[in-house]
Amino acid sequence: MLNIVALLNALPGSVAQGVLMGIMAIGVYITYKVLDFADLTVDGSLCTGGAVAVMLIMKGINPYVALLAAFAAGMLAGFLTGFFHTVMGIPGILAGILSQLGLYSINMRIMGKSNQAVSVDKYDLVVSLRYITPAIVVGLIFVVVLIGILYWFLGTEIGSAVRATGCNENMARAQGINTNIGKIIGLVLSNGLVALSGALYAQYNGNADINMGRGAIVIGLASVIIGEVLFGKIFRNFALRLFSVVIGCVIYFAVIALVLQLGLSTTDLKLFSALIVAVFLAIPYWSGKYKATHPAKVKKGGKTDAGN
Amino acid sequence: MLEIKNLSKTFNPGTVNEKQALTDVSLTLNEGDFVTIIGGNGAGKSTMLNAIAGVWPIDSGSISVNGVDITKLPEHKRAKYIGRVFQDPMMGTSADMGIDENLAIAARRGKHRTLSWSITRKEKEKYKKLLSSLDLGLEDRLTSKVGLLSGGQRQAITLLMASLEKPQLLLLDEHTAALDPKTAAKVLALSDKIIEENQLTAMMVTHNMKDAINHGNRLIMMHEGNIIYDVSGEEKKKLHVSDLLAKFEEVSGGEFANDRMILN
Repeated sequence: MLNIVALLNALPGSVAQGVLMGIMAIGVYITYKVLDFADLTVDGSLCTGGAVAVMLIMKGINPYVALLAAFAAGMLAGFLTGFFHTVMGIPGILAGILSQLGLYSINMRIMGKSNQAVSVDKYDLVVSLRYITPAIVVGLIFVVVLIGILYWFLGTEIGSAVRATGCNENMARAQGINTNIGKIIGLVLSNGLVALSGALYAQYNGNADINMGRGAIVIGLASVIIGEVLFGKIFRNFALRLFSVVIGCVIYFAVIALVLQLGLSTTDLKLFSALIVAVFLAIPYWSGKYKATHPAKVKKGGKTDAGN
Repeated sequence: MLEIKNLSKTFNPGTVNEKQALTDVSLTLNEGDFVTIIGGNGAGKSTMLNAIAGVWPIDSGSISVNGVDITKLPEHKRAKYIGRVFQDPMMGTSADMGIDENLAIAARRGKHRTLSWSITRKEKEKYKKLLSSLDLGLEDRLTSKVGLLSGGQRQAITLLMASLEKPQLLLLDEHTAALDPKTAAKVLALSDKIIEENQLTAMMVTHNMKDAINHGNRLIMMHEGNIIYDVSGEEKKKLHVSDLLAKFEEVSGGEFANDRMILN
């Protein structure tokens, strides 16, 4: 049964995984929450990031440069989905699925085979599971810097236009915003972050694998939802909200470590994740339904109702 | 100012749901015209406004504003010339964004958006003053999410947004229809004030005949995709609801009684 010592030993690793994959979850937040777009490209672009970084590092390129290249590759993947959706008129979910499928072949082309290893003994990797505490610190530095950049960007005129696109397309267009470009910017940015996360995660694990992105979108959604459920009422500030997504991702990996300790097989994890996310997604729907059939008695009037 | 020539639009052509919404409509607006538009359901009032705003491409005809042909421009590019307020109070604002952020987005309509801050401190002061002029108590809620406001408050803000960056043409598409009578009157008075102060050219669709008579300097009646009555100046001022009803009966062959028409 539950082995507390083994669980505690596994926890630092979960935190590191959660922080590094938390960057991917921030990317998912951008599309899912800011842009209101369920982007399934993630499963493909995470691996693209890992593949690009690992292959470049193997060629002797500086790992930080490799991270930048991975970010750029992810942006391209996001652009592809945006192109499918806006120029070709393909519904959002389907556009993401098409990119994801296409990216499988591209990722295989990049790697040449389904798994490529980079050893931390041979290369000067940015993070590695061999050194967990530095990995957590480096991951957190990345998270803080990225959140800072996103906070700045979404506060600019262009960022504001992207947010308006996600919130109300009608309003955005009536105010002269090209909503197609707004969506593409969001998708490009999001998948850039996802690929960057994949690049870090691959270095952490010491390899890029063709299947590393499978189910990533579900992990991302789980992180967004866990972060929102736990901190949504406390964190009003946008930067803190993004940070709560990363905490959500850490919690996700901690829970995974726990259920593994409880004896769940690794191949059962995906089912477990899917069900968890399904339940969390259902909660707001169910509570809305409950509120609709059980209306609370509210007093009308007061300043907020004036002018109604 | 606004020149519409031979505008036609058919929805769902070639299907059982085919609907000829606009049939060869031509209309010229002069600078400073405030036109009210009335007509029964499906007369083509909103369709005409949407055609001008560029919500979808038209079948034939041309639209130009101050000599600029906008017929082929996409919706977001026409926004440079056109301010809009919709029937649905949810449509004109971004619910998840603050009042100030919504206004700041509107202030940049038709301008190039850059990587500078989306809202400056100076703007916030300006918006505060504008909001206090609405007299809805919104000046203290500058950063409140618009989603928390009532329908009337949202329409008032949408009106501000439509006029913040002075549009060459203001389109009001039944913008008071979803509001209760008292709020509707308030929003209508605000519309009058904004149009007058900024000397805007405006088109307002309404179902209320009295409003159509009491507001603006020109009145258009539409029926089955055509403009069937166009009256302005002194002649419009002398109009009574009964005149409009008579006109309506005349074209619709007697059965005018439309349940959405408000007669007084």
